[in-house]
Amino acid sequence: MMNLLKNLIGWIDERFPLVSTWKAHLSEYYAPKNFNFWYFFGGLALLVLVIQILSGIFLTMNYKPDALFAFASVEYIMRDVQWGWLLRYIHSTGASMFFVVVYLHMFRGLMYGSYRKPRELLWIIGMIIYLALMGEAFMGYLLPWGQMSFWGAQVIVNLFSSVPFIGPDLAIMIRGDFVVSDITLNRFFALHVVAIPLVLVLIIVAHLVALHEVGSNNPDGVEIKKHKDANGVPLDGVPFFPYMVVKDGVAAVAFLMVFSAVVFFAPDMGGYFLEYNNFVPANPMKTPEHIAPVWYFTPYYAILRAVPPMFGSQFPGVVAMGVATVIFFALPWLDRGPVKSIRYRGPIYKTFLAAFVVSFVGLGYLGLMPATETYTLISRILAVVYFAFFFLMPWYTKIDACKPEPDRVTSK
Amino acid sequence: MTDNVDHGKRRMLIAATAAVGGVAAAGAGAPFVLSLQPSERAKAAGAPVEVDISSIEPGTMISIEWQGKPVWIVRRTQEMLDLLPKNDENLADPSSSIPQQPEYCNNATRSIKPEILVVLGVCTHLGCSPTFRPEVAPADLGAQWAGGWFCPCHGSRFDLAARVFKGVPAPTNLIIPPHMYLSETRLLVGDDDKSKLKGGQPADKGAAA
Repeated sequence: MMNLLKNLIGWIDERFPLVSTWKAHLSEYYAPKNFNFWYFFGGLALLVLVIQILSGIFLTMNYKPDALFAFASVEYIMRDVQWGWLLRYIHSTGASMFFVVVYLHMFRGLMYGSYRKPRELLWIIGMIIYLALMGEAFMGYLLPWGQMSFWGAQVIVNLFSSVPFIGPDLAIMIRGDFVVSDITLNRFFALHVVAIPLVLVLIIVAHLVALHEVGSNNPDGVEIKKHKDANGVPLDGVPFFPYMVVKDGVAAVAFLMVFSAVVFFAPDMGGYFLEYNNFVPANPMKTPEHIAPVWYFTPYYAILRAVPPMFGSQFPGVVAMGVATVIFFALPWLDRGPVKSIRYRGPIYKTFLAAFVVSFVGLGYLGLMPATETYTLISRILAVVYFAFFFLMPWYTKIDACKPEPDRVTSK
Repeated sequence: MTDNVDHGKRRMLIAATAAVGGVAAAGAGAPFVLSLQPSERAKAAGAPVEVDISSIEPGTMISIEWQGKPVWIVRRTQEMLDLLPKNDENLADPSSSIPQQPEYCNNATRSIKPEILVVLGVCTHLGCSPTFRPEVAPADLGAQWAGGWFCPCHGSRFDLAARVFKGVPAPTNLIIPPHMYLSETRLLVGDDDKSKLKGGQPADKGAAA
């Protein structure tokens, strides 16, 4: 029996790089042995991707991308399709959980300097994934054709129409109509179900290829490749298979417990994962009393609202929002610190990072709230803090009093 | 590999092939991009709408659909009209100098008949539909409020002539669509070409909502 299997693998290996791929990416790919809690979220993001693709395929079998039938077909999935409610709640919970793990994954990168040389390109590819994910979430949110779907899309597409000169035509090109309509719904469906998932899978593969080329960073921010044994194996590395796979498996089980708790006990998460106004069919004649995007977009939305119009145009607010999103791309070049990890950074960086977290969470909260004068003022202050974290980074990372990095990784 | 390869010629041929191929690729891509434009059916959906305004009570408004967007028709009371000039100092563009209205509505009330306001109910910020708040000085909008519209999305404010206040996200006054009166009580929204009225009425299409 074992001989037969060996022969089969041998037969495949002469025609396809099976064993060598397995070794290069799993059994002989070495990850730092000091990985901690924060290193679970990359793998979990991959798990959520699989959940979303699977649940999405099955939803597509009953959903109708037509303004006349879309809302009713979602209700049909919820009430009449066998286990349809579960498929839909898995997909809607998965959307929010995707952003939970991706934000934690990105924060890990901020803390341990994972974007620094030689991982700049890895970080940039990751940011492209993040942007694609935002597009995917935005277009998916239109599909239930509820009030929030409609007015959310109306606001976001109108952001593009404030671009000078080409804006109005650009917005019409995106909608395919002069208002958000059946045409818009149909094309967002095509992009959400076919185009963006294909692109996402491709750039996630690129993200992993780039990661395996440079190797993982770790909580100490020192390169494990600097110290290798006689066989060229990093002294502080452990093979990804089986060690890291088993460790990530434990995280996956814990994560799925949380995931299931949301799906079964709080699928709308008090209006944060599924907004109440989206249980009302889209009505182009009436904006709901209070509209807010889903929680994962609200930090940027609060920045958009915080900027007043200038020169009779609200384009500056759109620019601020855009810059707030893409500024992460520049991180590898903004950070001039002599060390990577927060463990060896000085107090100034730690203060700025803490202020950034407060501003991000605070803006996220304010983006959910109505635009009162007090809230707008707080949004403006937090937006300044948000941008200060990035724009002052070349200065404060340089003057910060860092501790010396260890030569090898440390474990408690 | 021999040495008598003409590298200059080879580079020239590669560049020429790439250029021709690039033009072909752009040409083949054009139909895909152009298909994203509004279809003929979408373009045809913008016909004018006729409305009977006789049933609008003073101080109230109705909302009709034109080109898929809400159009408000408000019958303002004399008190409402008297309060309009008081807003001027707090407005971004009190005299409507930015052409957000047809010439015949570029006046103090932004309307043909002073009491009847016809306005596109789409916020000039990001396209939400503001809420009608005709009451004077309600608790949530402040003592200065003399009636108008409040946008729930981002807090923009407009007065009862649909003029935007200073310091709110919306950059300009609300748009006054082209419109004309067919009789005392019948209004046509979406067309103001009176020459079409000769020898008959414009095609009846749509109705008040």
